[in-house]
Amino acid sequence: MMKASTHIFEKGVFIEDTATIVGPKEKAGPVGKYFDKHFDDDILGQPSYEKAEIKMHVSLIKYLMNKTKHDPKDVDLCISGDLLDEIMGTSLTMREFDIPFLGAYNACATFAECLITGAMFLTTGKFKRIICSTSSHFSTAERQYRFPLELGNQRTPLAQWTVTGAGGTMLNNTGGKVRLTSCTIGQVVDYGVKDANDMGACMAPAAKTTLSKHLRELGVSPDYYDLILTGDLGEAGSRLLKRLMSEEGIPLGDNYNDCGVLIFNRVAQDVGQGGSGAACSSTVFNGYVYKKMLSGEFKRVLLVPTGALCSKTSILQGESIPGIAHAVSFEVV
Amino acid sequence: MNAPNEKYLELVHGKMPKSKHIATMFRAFWTGGTICAIGQAFTDLYSSLPYDLPEDDVSALTTITLILITAILTGFGVYDKIGAYAGAGSIVPITGFANSVVSSAIEHKREGVVLGLCANMFSVAGPVIVFGISSSIVVGIIVLIFKGAFI
Repeated sequence: MMKASTHIFEKGVFIEDTATIVGPKEKAGPVGKYFDKHFDDDILGQPSYEKAEIKMHVSLIKYLMNKTKHDPKDVDLCISGDLLDEIMGTSLTMREFDIPFLGAYNACATFAECLITGAMFLTTGKFKRIICSTSSHFSTAERQYRFPLELGNQRTPLAQWTVTGAGGTMLNNTGGKVRLTSCTIGQVVDYGVKDANDMGACMAPAAKTTLSKHLRELGVSPDYYDLILTGDLGEAGSRLLKRLMSEEGIPLGDNYNDCGVLIFNRVAQDVGQGGSGAACSSTVFNGYVYKKMLSGEFKRVLLVPTGALCSKTSILQGESIPGIAHAVSFEVV
Repeated sequence: MNAPNEKYLELVHGKMPKSKHIATMFRAFWTGGTICAIGQAFTDLYSSLPYDLPEDDVSALTTITLILITAILTGFGVYDKIGAYAGAGSIVPITGFANSVVSSAIEHKREGVVLGLCANMFSVAGPVIVFGISSSIVVGIIVLIFKGAFI
C-alpha cells in the first residue's frame, strides 16, 4: 500500500487576494478581461526580455502588496519561480524585496509547488502570510528552449505558446473568501515521450496519475468539483488526458478544462495547441478562476498545474521528458 | 514504474495532430522557387551591366545581394514571418542561412560582443558550415585522386 499523497488542510489556509499582470496577446485572449493589469509593449521599455520579465514580476509583487495594503514586513515568506535557468528571473526579482525567499522550480507546475509549500508552511502556525507567484515570458522561454526569435522557422502543429505574464496569490491563515482545502503532491511520470514540442503528450500521464490519485484518495467523483483545471496540456493534450482518465474508469465531464486552452483563441491567435509556461496556470487561476469564485460561479475548484521537466541537454542526449502534476483544491468559504 | 509505455506512445503517435505535408510542401515549393527566381533576376541584371563581369563575380554578387536583403528583413522582423509561412522554402536557399546567422546575432547581442554575439552567431548555422567544409574536403580529395578520369 502506497502512502497517500493527498493532504487535507484542516487548519484554515485562505487566499487573501490575488494579482495578475499579462502581455498584449494574453489580454486579447478570451479571458483577457479578468486580468488585473496588462502592458502593450512586451519588452516593457527594458534593454532585454529577461529584464522585462523581472520588471513584470517585481510590479506584480508590489501590486499584490498594495492591493492587500501590506508592507514587506507583514509578509513572512515569498515562494516564487519561473522557467529560466537557475530561476534567474525570480532571484533577480527578489533582490527588490526585504522578504525571506524560497525559490521553486517544477517547470509549468511551479505555481502548484508554490501553493502547496506555502500552505504547508501556514499550517505550522509559524507563518502568517505568504506570497506564491510565478512568471514566464514568451521571448525568454523561446530563446532558452527553442530558437532565436527572428529565425524564420515553422512551429510544429503540437507547439504551444508560452504565456507572457505573472500571477501571484497572497495566502494567509487568518481569513479570506476562498480556502485551500487539500493538495495532492504528484510524482514524476515518464511514459517515454521524447518530442520536446509535444508537451501535452509528455504531461498527460502525469496529470492522469495525480488527478486519479486525488479523486481516489478523497473518495470523490469528478462531479464534486465545479471546475477541474489542468495547467497547460493544450487542446490535443487535454483530449489525451480525457482518454486516459476514461481508461482509468474516471471519465471527465464538461467541468474539465485546461488553462492553456482557456487563455488564448487557439486558432485565431495562432498559438498551436494553446498556452503554456509557468505563468499559464498562475494567471488563469489568479485572474479568471479566482474572480469567478468570488462571484459565486464556481464553488469548488481543483487546479492541476502540469509541468514538462524538460532540459535542453537531456533531450539532446536522448532522454525522454519527465512530466509532473500537482493538484490543489479550493473552496469558497 | 517509469519504463517507456509502448501502448501510450502508439496512442500519441496515432492521435496527436500532424503537419499537413501537402500544403506545407506546396508553400515551400512556390516560395523557394520565387526566392530562386529573384536570385536569377539579380544574376541577369549583373550580367547585363556594361562592366563585363566574369561569371564567378556575377554569382558572388547575387549571393551578397540576397544575404544583404535577408539581413535587413531579419533585422526588421519580417523574415521570421516569411519563414513561418514558407518553411523549407525560405530555409534552404542562401537567405535561410543568412537569417539563421543574423537572428542568432540579434538574440545574443545583449550578452556582449565577444561572448554573446560572436560566440553565438553560428549556434544555428554552425552545423551547416561544418558539413559544408567537411564535404568539400572529401570531394576535393576524390577529385585529386581521380583527376585523370575527369579530364
